[in-house]
Amino acid sequence: MSNNAAHIPPSAPRRGKGARRTKLTAYALVGLVGGMGVLVATSQPLYQAFCQITGFGGTTQVADEAKLAALIIPVEDDPAEAAPYVTVRFDANTNTKLPWRFRPVQKEMRVRIGEQMLAHFEATNISDRTIVGTATFNVTPYKTASYFNKIDCFCFTEQVLRPGQTAQMPVIFFVDPEILKDTNTRHESTITLSYTFFADQDQSAAKEEAAARGANNNPANGAGIKG
Amino acid sequence: MSDTAHAGTDGGHDHTPRGWKRWAYSTNHKDIGTLYLALAVLAAIVGGSMSALIRLELTEHGIQFIDDFQFYNMLVTAHGFVMVFFVVMPALIGGFGNWFVPLMIGTPDMAFPRMNNVSFWLLAAALVLLVASTFIAGGVGTGWTVYPPLSNADFHPGMAVDFGILSLHLAGASSILGAINLITTILNMRAPGMTLHRMPLFVWSMLITAFLLLMAIPVLAGALTMLLTDRNFGTTFFSPEGGGDPIFWQHLFWFFGHPEVYIMVLPAFGIISHIISTFSKKPIFGYLGMAYAMLAIGFVGFIVWAHHMYTVGFNVETRSYFVIATMVIAVPTGVKIFSWLATMWGGSIDFKTPMLYAMGFIFLFVAGGVTGITLANAGVDQAFHDTYFVVAHFHYVLSVATVFAIYAGIYYWIGKMSGRQYSEIAGRWQFWITFVGVNVLFFPQHFLGMAGMPRRIPDYPDAYAGWNMVSSIGAVITMVGAFLFLWILFRTLTAGAPAKDNPWGEGATTLEWTVPSPAPFHTHEELPDMGDPKAAE
Repeated sequence: MSNNAAHIPPSAPRRGKGARRTKLTAYALVGLVGGMGVLVATSQPLYQAFCQITGFGGTTQVADEAKLAALIIPVEDDPAEAAPYVTVRFDANTNTKLPWRFRPVQKEMRVRIGEQMLAHFEATNISDRTIVGTATFNVTPYKTASYFNKIDCFCFTEQVLRPGQTAQMPVIFFVDPEILKDTNTRHESTITLSYTFFADQDQSAAKEEAAARGANNNPANGAGIKG
Repeated sequence: MSDTAHAGTDGGHDHTPRGWKRWAYSTNHKDIGTLYLALAVLAAIVGGSMSALIRLELTEHGIQFIDDFQFYNMLVTAHGFVMVFFVVMPALIGGFGNWFVPLMIGTPDMAFPRMNNVSFWLLAAALVLLVASTFIAGGVGTGWTVYPPLSNADFHPGMAVDFGILSLHLAGASSILGAINLITTILNMRAPGMTLHRMPLFVWSMLITAFLLLMAIPVLAGALTMLLTDRNFGTTFFSPEGGGDPIFWQHLFWFFGHPEVYIMVLPAFGIISHIISTFSKKPIFGYLGMAYAMLAIGFVGFIVWAHHMYTVGFNVETRSYFVIATMVIAVPTGVKIFSWLATMWGGSIDFKTPMLYAMGFIFLFVAGGVTGITLANAGVDQAFHDTYFVVAHFHYVLSVATVFAIYAGIYYWIGKMSGRQYSEIAGRWQFWITFVGVNVLFFPQHFLGMAGMPRRIPDYPDAYAGWNMVSSIGAVITMVGAFLFLWILFRTLTAGAPAKDNPWGEGATTLEWTVPSPAPFHTHEELPDMGDPKAAE
């Protein structure tokens, strides 16, 4: 091979001050990559928190009775205020993989702004096995989401339905009067509250329930699913 | 192994490693740059063939020959991936970056030559994985954006998407290592006297691009990892049944994806600046403005991602912000266009092939930029979203302008890289054929988009006939140009006239023209002194 092996062309300074600088630069850049990595690793909870706080994408607010009690309900005949009623419409969907029938009991409601309301949905398990469902939700127009408060909702927890079982599922909500102060939302007369039920990925509650009943646990009954 | 490492580093000018070991084990920035360029040409043939199939299918309405629509989806997806990750990025960053950053800043090699080798071979492995994915389970038919739910296990149950994800992981790792190498080299190893404010603009563009890579790629890697676990390990980052949100993917993807388009175009800006200056025989107008305009574009590029997602249902304030932030990018871009024109103004312009391509770049980049401003408007985008108008827009700025910069760079530097000069007359023919071809190909797609033709469809109502035919004819002309280019490349490398050390004369002032052509295996062993302000650009 080479007969001048001593001749090594300098690529990076291998020792001394230059080498230290090179190393420091490289470490700093690895740190930058790591920092971006941490950012993306924590992005999921950050995004969720962002949606819940801002109502982004139609994410509704969660409230308690105390918040409701503190509300100042606009006077109905105050001409300075917009109409203190909105129509809330209800929409129900199921994912194709979930053999449930799911519908709102009432199609729509006239809701006085700031007043607590109770609406019901009804779900029926039309398969022959116990299934855990979980519902996602949003409201449209999205911009009204930050004023749409739920005090209690079936969507906060998972729902277990036995074969053929029908359940009434309540939602307690109110519309924050602040909606009338926002120039983008004060003229909205209709808000649609929508739910979509999915089969929960965690079906352990269904197994427990089925085991507790000692019901037939035929593993082949997946073929019996309708819908 | 130790033998070879020995051979790789101890060779003098006359003792370069020979045979396959020279390439496989290479730690030499020029050889690795050549490998990157070769990979890019190879991938361009693959990706270009895919686009040819797409255009042939779309020539007339009705189904011509692709009756498996998943195959069509796979073609569209793979075309995008190949062109972005395996043609444009390797050519501009790995190829020209490796070749000319050390030459221009007067250093013998990159800071971490061995890591440079790893970068290249990771990318080669990534290309193998991507090509493999097209043969598995119908291929990846998600589009290059890989949006769930289409990309989840319900709709792409086979291993194809997993192969694609791992391919992008490898390509990303390759880019990150390459970027660390470039930044470390540029910040620490410049010749004495070459301050940051005297660095050639191509080096500036590589520095900024490398920072964009370091900040954007980890986000893509994280998002892809979440998608991988969603598909295989039951997590629900992007599926609502477990509390996830598919829109979350779009945010992550475009937080990477928007800087990615600047990663592709900033090196092109650098190359074009050099060529305009060389062939106008004038220093670049507004050097500092040019450098800081690139920095500004890179920075703003990180805070405009949601303009790709106007239709997901943002409130009006969010959309206003993203419209304004997006339009702000037109300002530094305008600074660059203005400075290029001002450089040419009053110059003694020599219309050699690289200059033709550089001027073509400016023309087409402005055309694509103007449609970009159109699309930046959230209201207009409600109508144009996912139509051929978008396809026309991004092909004007990427497939046409950026590829013009690659062509320009190859014509500009091939004498330095190979020691042989291309045939000027053939080069000019190749430019004019390509210029006519790409405009006939992509301009009618604006009309199709405005008429509402959606992207990513293998068939269309006969209302869209006509312009689709014109577009396909343009594709054929562009292909003729591409084949002519391959022929010119072959002829130049085998029978080209010997290139002078500086074939371009007084306008070419950067350091790569001070070394012999072809550039010897080792250069700048004696560091050039850039203390003289006239020596630097």
